[in-house]
Amino acid sequence: MNAIISYAHIKHNQVSVNGEVVFRSDSALSLPEFLSDAYKTLGLSYPKFHKMDAQCKLGFLCAEFALKGTEFLTKVDLSRTAIVLSNAASSLETDRVHQHSIDDKSNYFPSPAVFVYTLPNITIGELAIKYKITGENAFFISEQLDAELLVNYTETLLQSGTEAAIVGWVEVDGTQWEAFIFLVQNTENINKNSIFKPLNQSTVITQYNQTIWTH
Amino acid sequence: MIFASYTNIISPLGFSTEENYEAVANSRTGVKKMMLPFSQDPFCVARIDDENINQYFSGVGASAEHTKLEQLSILSIQDVLNQSGINPQDSRTLLLYSTTKGNIDILENRYSTIDRNRVYLSAFAHHLQSYFKFKHPPVVLSNACISGILAIIIAKRFIEQGRYDNVLVCGGDILSEFTISGFKSFNAMSSEPSKPFDANRTGINLGEAVSTILITNNKELGSGYNTEIVSGASANDANHISGPSRTGDGLFQCLTRILAENTRDIGFVSAHGTATPFNDEMESIAFDRAGLHTVPVNSLKGYYGHTLGAAGVLETALSLESMKHQRLIKSEGYETKGFSGNITMITSHQDKLFSSFIKTASGFGGCNAAALFRKING
Repeated sequence: MNAIISYAHIKHNQVSVNGEVVFRSDSALSLPEFLSDAYKTLGLSYPKFHKMDAQCKLGFLCAEFALKGTEFLTKVDLSRTAIVLSNAASSLETDRVHQHSIDDKSNYFPSPAVFVYTLPNITIGELAIKYKITGENAFFISEQLDAELLVNYTETLLQSGTEAAIVGWVEVDGTQWEAFIFLVQNTENINKNSIFKPLNQSTVITQYNQTIWTH
Repeated sequence: MIFASYTNIISPLGFSTEENYEAVANSRTGVKKMMLPFSQDPFCVARIDDENINQYFSGVGASAEHTKLEQLSILSIQDVLNQSGINPQDSRTLLLYSTTKGNIDILENRYSTIDRNRVYLSAFAHHLQSYFKFKHPPVVLSNACISGILAIIIAKRFIEQGRYDNVLVCGGDILSEFTISGFKSFNAMSSEPSKPFDANRTGINLGEAVSTILITNNKELGSGYNTEIVSGASANDANHISGPSRTGDGLFQCLTRILAENTRDIGFVSAHGTATPFNDEMESIAFDRAGLHTVPVNSLKGYYGHTLGAAGVLETALSLESMKHQRLIKSEGYETKGFSGNITMITSHQDKLFSSFIKTASGFGGCNAAALFRKING
């Protein structure tokens, strides 16, 4: 059976794992300040993190929280692990930064370090590099979290050689930002005492709506 | 069995696949050195003439209501709907749109009559859905330069899953100051027509195009090209976000997966071949590692430039046409070997009896994809 073995949700300057809030920052903090706080609480040392744009940082942290305490990365074949992400704004937040750098011809400063983040699938690339995951990739754009699309597509992959997947939503658009990532694995490879839910649309929707945010 | 069926290509070389094939078969290229509205210096790009767009679109609708990409997409999708006779309102039909930047020119304030919200890809897709009255909201894929070929692979998977019978895969991107300035900041742009795989290659030309392919499980609709999508795969290098793996790991992984039981008789490989030093070198190594040394290789970027989200769809459509005519297309711009892998470039147009080809692509974010297409008998 294909199951969701862990999931994380980041929103409102809070992080929840498997439905429970595990980290909370001052609600007045800006997104960069919150991301920096969340990074510190994980005790990570990953210099590449600091080069990422906000969307990649958010996706990276959400994946870290979902993976923390699981055996996912050691139990799966990383060459047969897919990363399927989605959002509504593509890379628009960084697109605006790049556009701003070319708007004024007398102050023209396009930068490759910014431009490379004007593609949404760079978040997939950053996760692939961190975890050495080399399987299937796809970045879909939808108006809101499309559980049907994500579950259906992940299932097509699981039927054709993929054995595990990191799936979800990673979005930064001005003051609107959110990440929700779940890990999919075949239950044959997991500890029988673990808690998991079968991969289907209603599981994803339930888990997405499960967290009670405190403000 | 899943078929690649009716196609359209809109590019500087024409507004139909036939026109495009005719131009390429006669070695005409869409890449030209020209002044662009926002530049002080000329750029080598493949740009669709505005007057041509206006002329074609005037027979279809009011241009003030649609962005340039929307107009081109409407023309391209309509052509495939006309050829195939499929109904967009049918619940078994899906539009899958592949793009990197969509209506990015909205950010440049190019339109006074367009809702700025359509810079969002889902709003762009919704606009196309409303225009054609598609039953389902289109699925949008934005996965850098592999978007087009990955969209074809995804279409096949959705049909195999039983959700749809027909998926219209449309890929499109336009030339914009946004992308040109970005690639320029990477020093990835060539100031002359690009030379994929050549020793003297200096980088890419950007191009604009929209291309549509109908992917279907309907044998009758598939009879145009009589071509099946045998297999497809994507893979990540897990190496670098803006440079390919030196050893071609991700592309090699794709090739070994799609070739599993089909290593014999590959007619040719339509490579990504952007003409950047690193990309073409990486591809030569991956093809070599996959045992494809004797299989003829071309890049179509010398004719179209790099058309980003359209590239995989356009290059597949042209390759289907090439297989229909049983003729290999020369890799434009290639003269002298400029790579270390042992591969065979196509140096002139030539007749050849063949029944399969591979399309590959690689892109930012370390992504790679490849698909195998095969002509079926009868």
